[in-house]
Amino acid sequence: MTDWIDIAALDDVPQRGARMVKTALGCVAVFRTAEDEVFALDNACPHKAGPLAEGIVHGKSVTCPLHNWVISLETGQAQGADEGRVATYPARVESGRILLDRSFLRARAAA
Amino acid sequence: MTQKLIVIGAGMASGRVLEHLFDAGADFDVTLFNAEPRGNYNRIMLSPVLSGEKTYEDIVTHDTDWYDANGVTCRFGERIASIDREAKTVTAENGDVLPYDKLVFGTGSNPFMIPLPGHDLEGVIAYRDLEDTQRMTGLGPDNKCVVIGGGLLGLEAAAGMAARGVDVTVVHIMGHLMERQLDEAAGYLLRKALVDKGITVKCSANSKGILGENGHVKALLLDDGTELPCDLLVMAVGIRPNVKLAQEAGLAVGKGIHVDDQMMTSDAHVLAVGECVEHDGAIFGLVAPLYDQAKVAAQTLMEQEARFVQKELSTKLKVTGCDLFSAGDFADGEGREDIVFRDPARGVYRRLVIENNVVLGAVMYGDTSDSNWFFGLIRDKTDISDMRDTLIFGPAYQGGTPLDPLAAVAALPRDAEICGCNGISKGQIEDAIAAGATDLGAVRATTKASGSCGTCTGLVEQVLAVNLGDDFVIPAAASICGCTDMTHEDVRRMIKSQRLTSMPAVWQECGWKTSCGCHVCRPALNFYLLADWPLEYQDDPQSRFINERKHANIQKDGTFSVVPRMWGGITTPNELRAIADAADKYMVPTVKVTGGQRIDLLGVKGEDLPDIWADLNAAGMVSGHAYSKGLRTVKTCVGTDHCRFGTQDSTGLGIKLEKELWGSWTPHKLKLAVSGCPRNCAEATCKDIGVICVDSGYQVSIGGAAGMDLKETELLLQVATEQEAIDVIKAVTQLYRENARYLDRIYKWMGKVGLDWIKERVETEHDALVERFEISQSIYRKDPWAEHAQTKADRYQPLANLALEAAE
Repeated sequence: MTDWIDIAALDDVPQRGARMVKTALGCVAVFRTAEDEVFALDNACPHKAGPLAEGIVHGKSVTCPLHNWVISLETGQAQGADEGRVATYPARVESGRILLDRSFLRARAAA
Repeated sequence: MTQKLIVIGAGMASGRVLEHLFDAGADFDVTLFNAEPRGNYNRIMLSPVLSGEKTYEDIVTHDTDWYDANGVTCRFGERIASIDREAKTVTAENGDVLPYDKLVFGTGSNPFMIPLPGHDLEGVIAYRDLEDTQRMTGLGPDNKCVVIGGGLLGLEAAAGMAARGVDVTVVHIMGHLMERQLDEAAGYLLRKALVDKGITVKCSANSKGILGENGHVKALLLDDGTELPCDLLVMAVGIRPNVKLAQEAGLAVGKGIHVDDQMMTSDAHVLAVGECVEHDGAIFGLVAPLYDQAKVAAQTLMEQEARFVQKELSTKLKVTGCDLFSAGDFADGEGREDIVFRDPARGVYRRLVIENNVVLGAVMYGDTSDSNWFFGLIRDKTDISDMRDTLIFGPAYQGGTPLDPLAAVAALPRDAEICGCNGISKGQIEDAIAAGATDLGAVRATTKASGSCGTCTGLVEQVLAVNLGDDFVIPAAASICGCTDMTHEDVRRMIKSQRLTSMPAVWQECGWKTSCGCHVCRPALNFYLLADWPLEYQDDPQSRFINERKHANIQKDGTFSVVPRMWGGITTPNELRAIADAADKYMVPTVKVTGGQRIDLLGVKGEDLPDIWADLNAAGMVSGHAYSKGLRTVKTCVGTDHCRFGTQDSTGLGIKLEKELWGSWTPHKLKLAVSGCPRNCAEATCKDIGVICVDSGYQVSIGGAAGMDLKETELLLQVATEQEAIDVIKAVTQLYRENARYLDRIYKWMGKVGLDWIKERVETEHDALVERFEISQSIYRKDPWAEHAQTKADRYQPLANLALEAAE
């Protein structure tokens, strides 16, 4: 059963941008695409733990600011020749609010 | 049975007749007479020989081996004295009498010499053959030359000599240059381009006489009394068909030797081709119809059916840097409408003249890439009513197809002419490719396409690319990234010419293959748009790399570095105290002095940025832009303030420069330095722009680097005053950001366009460049730290903090 937490207004995250959410076990990046979809991923690139929330968002991907790895927002998978994966978490928009599933905190605690 | 063929004149047309005959294996015993002491060469390529881009050897079309291989008896340097058509013999100058079965006239034309007083002085020449060209190449920077005639030939002569450093003046009787091919607007742009090349142009100028000294030309006298001194005077005012011999032989002659559609003269055994002929009232000076005539003449000689038809002609000028094209009829008139496109900044002009939905004429200047397509519309009288709205933008915009550099070529029909000189259509090139020609050289060898004047080389390569796909790589610059096939240069051109002022407009109009670009193209586009449209375009932080979005340099652990500006490297105890306080307050782990004479606070947490900036702002400091593709620092020495060797106030100039330039965005980082004397303590000669102060003023040099590449600057200009130095630096900075590719430092850009080009533009467009720089700075010369600290501070905080939320 899902238990959605209201995080913030959609407009608090710029289009083709991201903001970071602090948790007890590290940061999660919340992305907003040009089409107003939202995605939540660990804020650490599988390469050298670069802060993905600071990357350039294009289509449904983000490019890590440190060494230009391109990460899929949908799967967390590194694109192209690079190999690696970032954990992703359920996220959605409702009435202009960004919601994350409380279970992601549990998943992180268990990890 | 072998027939005896005598050819009089080894020109481009008669040479082509022989090629066609030998290619077809026709059985002729050929004797070739030529008054010039040499064989066939490509006369239209004399201009590149003159400018030094080619040598005579490069433009020889037939060499001794070719004549030998085909059994041609060459009698070069010999004229024909007379012709006996009854007996079918010619008599050479030396008295030899030779019989013929067929005779071909290729006597060409004579340049028209205006019978001005003094026209027979030594040093008054035409521009016609290799001898004339050699006279002109004999001139150098110490010489002056006057060219009478502002038509195609005169301008090619003028530009060729100017390229050799000769001081050239063009005198033209009409109100604008090339008035037969260009309208006034295009004539104006052409004139401007020639003036930029250092050529003096006088239009509406009447020549009165030629003044001499000791039998040699000294000056041209105009009817307003102006004297134009010269060492050489070139008359390029037109040609007259050379009909003397034909007339003496009793052939029908008007302006030229009369020929019918089979290129036959009034005598069935005598043919004529080239500039000496008159067909249906017209005479010919351009190469394309000459080649058509040559083909027809060869077929007639071989007793094949053929017919010469006059076609629409188009003109291109072979002057480097002046791209112009004209075709058809472009005079104003009742019922005619114009579609005009202008881009003053780029010097681009396009005009189409339309009547009853058919294009009658086209004039293009500055960007002639679509000329063949427009020429096809004129020739085929295509109904353009459906594409009228977008017609002027060219074939890539028609029918809703996205813009692909190759789409324009792919869209051409098979009969579209690619090579105007040789009359080679796209279909012929495609056939050659299908038959195994896989590169430019092979296509050239089998079809001759691009083998004459060479301006269609790019098009031929594109036809190759369209047909061979991945098997052929156009030897050109790579595209920006996988989102587009266009190069940086293509896109910059589109942004300027189509007035694309937003990123979605670029994606749409340039056919981006992704929905919203990627981390490679978006920062480039963001820069191009704000550089070209500073007032219209809104900077997009989401298309900037994190450093520029957050106005701080990201470090490997995700923290940031903060560098406040120290104007010209000068600071105060109060500033230093504020920096020390900030370092304490935000627990900055590392404080370092940079190479740009300021202090770097490394290891600041992202969420502390707005606060540390606010504290630094309170002490009067602003962003140092240490993170930007823009102005970084202006390094200085202490100059006359303290140094016993200083020649000028280098520190003062450095501070002024930094205050004028700060906040400006450039294709890559921009580092400056000002040294107070040639001892160069500020290391100005390895900066993007460096100033060395000397007693007499300021040496502004550009293109230095001390990174992955090590480059010494090269002198741009020396100026007398501080203000001039500041303005020159603004001008060159503006030129750099309007033209360079994103992420090219000045030295890389300079390597592509050349210092001379930069110098020329800075000198000739100085004021306009400075003005555009100032317009842009009216938006960007401000402190982003203050703005972010005051209005966007919350963006630097976590969206939410769930650290205290119970996991269970």
